[in-house]
Amino acid sequence: MSMHYFANPARFTRLAGRIQPLAGCLAAILLIVGLYLALVQAPADYQQGETVRIMFVHVPSAWMALFCYSFLAVASAVALIWKHPLADLAAKASAPIGAGFTFLALVTGSLWGKPMWGTWWVWDARLTSVLILLFLYLGYMALWQAIEDSQKAAKAAAVLALVGAVNVPIIKFSVDWWNTLHQPASVLRMDGPAIHPSMLWPLLIMALAFKAYFVTLLLARMRMELNLRRIRALRLAERSS
Amino acid sequence: MESVTEFMSMGGYGGYVWPAFGIVLFVMALLWVASMRGWRNSEKILATLRNSRREREDVAE
Amino acid sequence: MKQLGAIIQRDLRLAARQGGATFLALVFFVLTVTLFPLGIGPEPAVLARVAPGVLWVAALLAAMLSLDRLFQADFEDGSLEQLALSGLPIGGVVLAKIIAHWLTTGLPLLLAAPILAVLLNMDDEGFAALMLTMLIGTPALSLIGAIGAALTLTVRRGGVLLSLLVLPLYIPVLIFGVSAIDAAVHGLNAKPHLLLLAALTVACLPLCPWAAAAAVKLSLE
Repeated sequence: MSMHYFANPARFTRLAGRIQPLAGCLAAILLIVGLYLALVQAPADYQQGETVRIMFVHVPSAWMALFCYSFLAVASAVALIWKHPLADLAAKASAPIGAGFTFLALVTGSLWGKPMWGTWWVWDARLTSVLILLFLYLGYMALWQAIEDSQKAAKAAAVLALVGAVNVPIIKFSVDWWNTLHQPASVLRMDGPAIHPSMLWPLLIMALAFKAYFVTLLLARMRMELNLRRIRALRLAERSS
Repeated sequence: MESVTEFMSMGGYGGYVWPAFGIVLFVMALLWVASMRGWRNSEKILATLRNSRREREDVAE
Repeated sequence: MKQLGAIIQRDLRLAARQGGATFLALVFFVLTVTLFPLGIGPEPAVLARVAPGVLWVAALLAAMLSLDRLFQADFEDGSLEQLALSGLPIGGVVLAKIIAHWLTTGLPLLLAAPILAVLLNMDDEGFAALMLTMLIGTPALSLIGAIGAALTLTVRRGGVLLSLLVLPLYIPVLIFGVSAIDAAVHGLNAKPHLLLLAALTVACLPLCPWAAAAAVKLSLE
C-alpha cells in the first residue's frame, strides 16, 4: 500500500465514517472505566494522599500535549515533502486538540501543585516547558487563521510546525538548564513516588481513552476541513460560471 | 450517606481533585461538541450546495 | 558572494537613507530598560540583580519589533520578487538581508548595552560577558526572526502574530545569554553558557535562512 492510498479524499471519507463512531464509543467506554478506576479503585498514595488522583488526568493530558505536537509535526513534514493532500488537514485538525490538552495539563498541574507545593504555580522546568508548548500551538493556529489563501496558509503553517518541532527539544533543554541554575531549595518533584501497579492500570486506561478521543475528533475535524474545502471550490465554480 | 460525603471530600483534598477532573471533562466535552457541530454543519452546507447545483443542471437540460 | 555583498550594501544604504528604523529600535531598547527602575524601584542592589535579564529581554523585544521591515518593504514594492527571479539562490538573498538586519539593529543594541548596564548598576564582572553574549546572541535573534518575518509576509498587520511566532523561539537565546552574564557576575565559569549560546547561533546559521527562504518562496507564489 503506497503513501497515496489514503490520499483519495472519497476513500478517506468512507474509511473515516467507519472508524469515527467506533473510536468515539471506545473513547466513551474507556473514559468511564478509567474514571471509575481513578476515582474509586485506585488507592490513595501514602505521601500525597488523595491528591495523587489528579495524576490520572494530568499525566495523560501532558502525554497528549506532546503526542499531538509530534503528530502535527509529522503530518506537516508529510504535507511539505510528499504533498499528501490530506496531511495538512490532519495537521490543522490536530492543533486545537493538542492545545486543549496542553491547557488541561497546565491547569491540572496547577491544581495538583497547590496542595503539594503550597502555591498554584512554580516556575518548574516541566510546567514552564508546557506553557511554552501552549504558545507554540497558539502561534500555529493563529498563522492558519491569519493567511487568507488556504494553500499558502497550509504551507506556511507546515514550515512553522517543523521549525517549532526542531525547537521543542532545544527549548526543553534550555529551560532545564535554566531551572537547574534557579532550583528552589525544597520543591517536591512532580514525579512523586514510583508508580505502583494499582496506579498503572487507571493511568494506562485514561491514556488510551484520551488517544481514542483524539482519533475521533481528528477524523471529525478532518472531514469538516475537507467539506469546507469542497464548499469553497463549489462556491468558486458557481461564481465563475 | 457517610461514604458519599467521605468520597466527595477526598481526604480533605476534594477542592483540588474534583475541579481537576471537572475541568478536564468540561474542556474535552466542549471540544467534542464544537468539533462535531462544525463537522455536521459542513455536511449540511455541502449537501444543500450540491442539491441546488443538481437542480440547476436539471433545469438546464 | 559579490552579489551577496551588493544586497547587503543596498540594504544598508536604504537603512541609512531612511535612518529612522535603526534609531527607533535603539530608542525602544533604551526606553524599555528605563521603565524597569521606574517599575521596580531604584534600589541599586535590586537593579544589579535583574540587570542581565532586563537587558536581554529588552534586546529581544527591540530586535523583534524591527523584524517587520526585514522583508516587508521589498516584498511590497516587488524588489523581492525581482531578486528571486534574478537567478540568485533565494537562501543567499535571505542571508544577505539577515546580515544587513543584524548590522542595523543587533550591532547598535550591542553598542548601547554597556551604557544601559551602567545605568542599571550591573556588576563590573558582568560587562565582558554582556558584550560577548550580545555579540554571539543577537545574530541568532536576526536569524530566527527572519523565519517569522518571512512567514507573516502576506499577513496584513502581522506585528502581533509575529511576536507570538518568534518570542517562544527566542527563549533559548534569552536563557543562555542571561545565564552566562549571571555566571560571570557571581564569579563562576561563564564558558559553558557561552558555548551553548554559540552552538545555538552556529546551528541557526544554515538552518534559519533555509527555512526563511522556503517561507519567502511560498509568499511570492
